[in-house]
Amino acid sequence: MKYLADFRDPGLARALLAEITASVTRPWTLMEVCGGQTHAIVRSGIDQLLPASLKLVHGPGCPVCVTPIAYIDKAVELADQPEVIILTFGDMLRVPGSNGNLLDAKARGADVRMVYSVLEAVELASQRPDRQIVFFGVGFETTAPGNAMAILQARRLGLANFTILACHVLVPPALRALLTSPTNRVNGYLAAGHVCTVMGLADYQEIVDQFQVPIVATGLEPVDILAGILAAVQQLEKGEYRLENAYQRSVTTTGNSHAREVIDQVFMVCDRIWRGIGFLPASGLAIRPEFAAFDAEQHFRLRATAEPDNGCQAGQVLQGLLVPSRCPHFGGRCKPEHPLGATMVSSEGACAAYYRYQGVVATNEG
Amino acid sequence: MCLAVPGKLIEIFDEASLKMGRIDYNGTVTKACLEYVPEARVGQYALVHAGFAISILDEEEARHSLAAWQELKEKMEGL
Ligand code: SF4
Repeated sequence: MKYLADFRDPGLARALLAEITASVTRPWTLMEVCGGQTHAIVRSGIDQLLPASLKLVHGPGCPVCVTPIAYIDKAVELADQPEVIILTFGDMLRVPGSNGNLLDAKARGADVRMVYSVLEAVELASQRPDRQIVFFGVGFETTAPGNAMAILQARRLGLANFTILACHVLVPPALRALLTSPTNRVNGYLAAGHVCTVMGLADYQEIVDQFQVPIVATGLEPVDILAGILAAVQQLEKGEYRLENAYQRSVTTTGNSHAREVIDQVFMVCDRIWRGIGFLPASGLAIRPEFAAFDAEQHFRLRATAEPDNGCQAGQVLQGLLVPSRCPHFGGRCKPEHPLGATMVSSEGACAAYYRYQGVVATNEG
Repeated sequence: MCLAVPGKLIEIFDEASLKMGRIDYNGTVTKACLEYVPEARVGQYALVHAGFAISILDEEEARHSLAAWQELKEKMEGL
């Protein structure tokens, strides 16, 4: 597709920006749900180029950021067991738990490895029957299909030494929680294009109908994001609320039916605590009892621990209530080298985006 | 981690009974699982997330979107 670069074309972006500016007559606040969108927005400076009356606030769509401290602690506890090799995505290594992170465990001798695909962990498990291979898998609906496939594959291969420490979360329950919150001031939502690619749009249609807000499924290139913003603004200006798909080259109404089937086969909906946000009912996925042999929490009988509070304000950031640079610890007690919260280290975290692309003008802690 | 990126599918093969593919992202080639896009053909563009292709990008739709925005651009330049 010679069109790939076109979705980053500055000329198209300028045209869309001009059209947005011409369309806005009143103040509006939009939320981009996905942390990948947040990074694209801050990196390309879209937030600075929009008309002053149009505000973007950042949403909860950073899986690393919302993974409870208790799960980081469980991963560290597993890593410290001599028979275990723990594998995970690079983002998870530096996320602080209550007692250090996975890199600290590695420094004291634990076997912690970074991978790009959960299938690498399955492969290692078949090569190393002498070790317990644990994949620490977090993520939204986009990551669940991979982890589900890995469990099916491990079962097919008859592996007894492969488990997943799974902490999956779901976007629609988080959106509902935001929409029912009395502090919510968001007028329209840009839904995460890749989550919609997997799950389709039915859940979002329900939310549009129930809460009467525009939701636009939006891609992650700068031109996609501007097109999503334009679609949302045009609805708001006309007093409409509809579900719109501004990412038609990837998102269909029904999503990826193959992926959804396999997710359903391996996972079931469960309650989850979201880091910084709190308990949300029916907001996550847990491994079904039939696959308990591949569930690290059951296999290793891990205990639940409480969520500590270290002063990180990420819960506010992830609900669009606080701009990262306004957090009292931003750039002071909290930097990528010594983060207080996951939002400062995740490649999708809003605090990391501000730190990286906007720079720290002055630290808030003097 | 949600940063799924599109790349060109340049080879399809089997590995441990899974349908796999090689994906070219502007010169960097990596492996991805194609089980969720069984319809994929070499030459198409796949959106890959954490080692799994989650969609094949629809070129027709891409062309549609771009044409609409192009019109906007021309209108703006004409002003
Ligand atoms: S700047 Fe640091 S302490 Fe403040 S919200 Fe972000 S991650 Fe938490």
